Amino acid sequence: MISIDFILLVSTLMMFAGVYGFLTRKSTLAILLSIELMLNAANINFAVFNNLLFPQGHEGVFFAIFAIAIAAAESAIAIAIMINIYRQLHNISVDKLTKMKW
Amino acid sequence: MNAQDIMFVILAVFIVCSAFATVISRSIVRAATYLLFVLLGTAGLYFLMGYTFLGSVQTMVYAGGVIVLYVFSILLTSGQQEELRTTNLKKTVAGLVIALVGFGVFASVLFMYGFAPIDFAASSFLASPDESVISMDTIGTHMLSTDKDGYLLPFEAVSVLLLACIVAGIVIARKR
Repeated sequence: MISIDFILLVSTLMMFAGVYGFLTRKSTLAILLSIELMLNAANINFAVFNNLLFPQGHEGVFFAIFAIAIAAAESAIAIAIMINIYRQLHNISVDKLTKMKW
Repeated sequence: MNAQDIMFVILAVFIVCSAFATVISRSIVRAATYLLFVLLGTAGLYFLMGYTFLGSVQTMVYAGGVIVLYVFSILLTSGQQEELRTTNLKKTVAGLVIALVGFGVFASVLFMYGFAPIDFAASSFLASPDESVISMDTIGTHMLSTDKDGYLLPFEAVSVLLLACIVAGIVIARKR
């Protein structure tokens, strides 16, 4: 029988895979991919809590829809910034982006 | 085990394997492809829960839009040095330790809390898809209503955010 624990375990594994990728990757685009993993794990939690604990409410679904919209906007802007950085520095690796360090 | 349990096990294994492959694969294009599999598996979980609209939004916006954007920007920015350079061992071990400790804390909290067993006969998880909890009609009504359960204000806020995003994307990424 599917219990809520198993679904939350899947989303926890996804979350910490994202944390590991965020800490170890060098390319900024790969870091963004890890951030998408973490956002997705949070969205699964919203839907699961709504469905299995409060099946008569809709809050989790609406929160997940708005979170998806905001995540799409965030990644679009982040990618625009990456492309602009690449035009000026010809590199998007995090250890080469030292121009803004004081 | 009924069909939905089997489907859940398949989706869970698929999602977890793809999530690990996303963060450890060497080539960044492959990482983006594995992320696409993770997002499609998540959409499958939403469909399994009866949230068909949420699953469709996930498929269209994430799998259709965001991943294409990622692949294009990877191809635009990486050039020849597409391979992710190997990180040093100390950093990898530190990241692994932090992730494992965090996972241990989260999982222990999760299992110690002991969620009350859910009455699955009444829950929508096992309901057939046509009697799902939330329909398109309900979503549209709630999205544009100003009542207690209405979401008109966040809806308008998101539309302003998307407008700002379009303008900022053009301003930041245009050629000077």
